[in-house]
Amino acid sequence: MAEIKVECIGETCPVPLVETRKALRKAQEGDIVEVVGTHPSSKKEIPMAVKAMGLELLGVKEEKDGVWKIRIRR
Amino acid sequence: MEKKAAIIVHSGDMDKVYSALILGNGALAMGMDVYLFFTFWGLQRLKKGGLEKGPLSKMNMLGLGKWMIKRKMKQANVASLEKMFQDFKELGGHVLACDMTMDIMGVKKEDLRDDLISDYCGVGTYMDVAKDASVTLFI
Repeated sequence: MAEIKVECIGETCPVPLVETRKALRKAQEGDIVEVVGTHPSSKKEIPMAVKAMGLELLGVKEEKDGVWKIRIRR
Repeated sequence: MEKKAAIIVHSGDMDKVYSALILGNGALAMGMDVYLFFTFWGLQRLKKGGLEKGPLSKMNMLGLGKWMIKRKMKQANVASLEKMFQDFKELGGHVLACDMTMDIMGVKKEDLRDDLISDYCGVGTYMDVAKDASVTLFI
């Protein structure tokens, strides 16, 4: 199982969502996609997209300086 | 079945084309199947070199307003229309060009961005998609 990293620090709407979706499309079933970003709304909206697609949200972590990290299992 | 979004892009104004692409990309990111129908002024943006040519829908001020907004967008790190289009295509979005607009405005296939357009069609194709779409918008 692979782990795919998506780096979206400093990116704004809709880039973090779009890059997450791109990574999820490329991922195989069981792979983990980890997205790191700073766009505040995306922190809420990426989990919404994960739910809408019926995937597994492994965690949303708040780091320092407004950076968040979201882990998803395809 | 995948949920569908059918969006008509009637306006060729820069800000409205941005809205259409942001909404389209957002819907794709949510796992939806998305169709953008470019008609009338919107279709002009699919001409070769025409993507960024649209004026601002309000306060364009002969391009001054547009220039100011573009500068603000750059500062806010907003992606270009070209990048948003490439993302839209990469995520499997459909771009449809209205053939009646092509007839009345004298736009030929060779004038248009064939790399972006998935198909050329009329109102029947739009309605066929829209009747099962959970999101329909006219921009």
